[in-house]
Amino acid sequence: MTVHSFQEHFDSLIDREIAIEPKDWMPDNYRKTLIRQISQHAHSEIIGMLPEGNWITRAPSLRRKAVLLAKVQDEAGHGLYLYSAAETLGISRDEMYDQLHTGKAKYSSIFNYPTLTWADIGAIGWLVDGAAIMNQVPLCRTSYGPYARAMVRVCKEESFHQRQGFEIMLTLSKGTEVQRKMAQDAFNRWWWPSLMMFGPPDAESPHTEQSVRWRIKRFTNDELRQKFVDVTTEQAKVLGLDMPDPEIKWNEERGHYDFGKINWDEFWNVVKGNGPCNKQRLEARNKAWNEGQWVRDAAMAYAAKKKNKAAEAA
Amino acid sequence: MSQQNKNEWPLWEVFIRSKAGLDHKHAGSLHAADAQMAIENARDVYTRRMEGVSIWVVESKHIRASDPGEAASLYEPATDKIYRHPTFYDLPDEVKYM
Repeated sequence: MTVHSFQEHFDSLIDREIAIEPKDWMPDNYRKTLIRQISQHAHSEIIGMLPEGNWITRAPSLRRKAVLLAKVQDEAGHGLYLYSAAETLGISRDEMYDQLHTGKAKYSSIFNYPTLTWADIGAIGWLVDGAAIMNQVPLCRTSYGPYARAMVRVCKEESFHQRQGFEIMLTLSKGTEVQRKMAQDAFNRWWWPSLMMFGPPDAESPHTEQSVRWRIKRFTNDELRQKFVDVTTEQAKVLGLDMPDPEIKWNEERGHYDFGKINWDEFWNVVKGNGPCNKQRLEARNKAWNEGQWVRDAAMAYAAKKKNKAAEAA
Repeated sequence: MSQQNKNEWPLWEVFIRSKAGLDHKHAGSLHAADAQMAIENARDVYTRRMEGVSIWVVESKHIRASDPGEAASLYEPATDKIYRHPTFYDLPDEVKYM
């Protein structure tokens, strides 16, 4: 087959919604875009453990602690599913780690905000995981098979995360005045960064069209953001919390909630590395990686020793 | 593109039997220093919610896969043998349960 016919075959698979698998021919850009998207997603899961890990030892009850531990362990699992999906495209795990540790690869900016109170754990589960689910559910039908399969697992597990967060928020908002204020404060701080999780407005998102064509992306950033605003505004009513945006208003004509202007300068500033915790997050990752080196080496040495012994005995 | 790092733990493919009586099915892959560690890691990564009763692991380098480019010639012999399917045969309506 010529390159032209390879491309035609690929396009026809995409058009017929047939999954692309690792050994299939694919355009270089498709491969590159997927590696970037999947590895950034994996990095986000791994970095995402840090803000929540901050509260494991200080969870208010044994139940909350067990739940938070399970959730953080899930995030590690999600990172691992995604890293192995990316590896099927021909990048090694160490290469991806290196890109994360040197700051070359990005992860979701939301994790560069601090978790100041216990209510932040509730807000993260409710809002951040809620936004993540909205982004991720369509990816269960994405065109690249290993990515789609990883996302099916991730989405199944993610819904417990959002529920546990909402439950924390509900408990706090029905609690004492101090607890209610704590919940409101966390809501106020996490609301805008959660809206930014859907990425820049469609008009400024140059890759959207190509990604939609490739079925790597199934809805635009603005479509998903609007859906999130609509759903979350209703949920906030159940919590009895005030929307952090005074401009939130139901628009009868559009059938959606209107909302205020997002501070994109803040978003780009955090992306560029100037968020409250960018430095701290990368340092924590690098420390864990470097200090784990001897463990990885020892495990390899032990495996080699066992192999040699088995060979001698044979 | 892939630079297999010599220090990287080998890659393993994980197969899980979700309950007795069913086949092992590919669940994903992971890195581990040896088979025992691969099984233990697979337990943590792929069966956190009772998804399995048995785990197989095999080092990815031992997997041999067919080439999708040869799919046409590989599977073509089966396409014109529709007489291998029961629906190929016309039977009178009176014949039941066959």
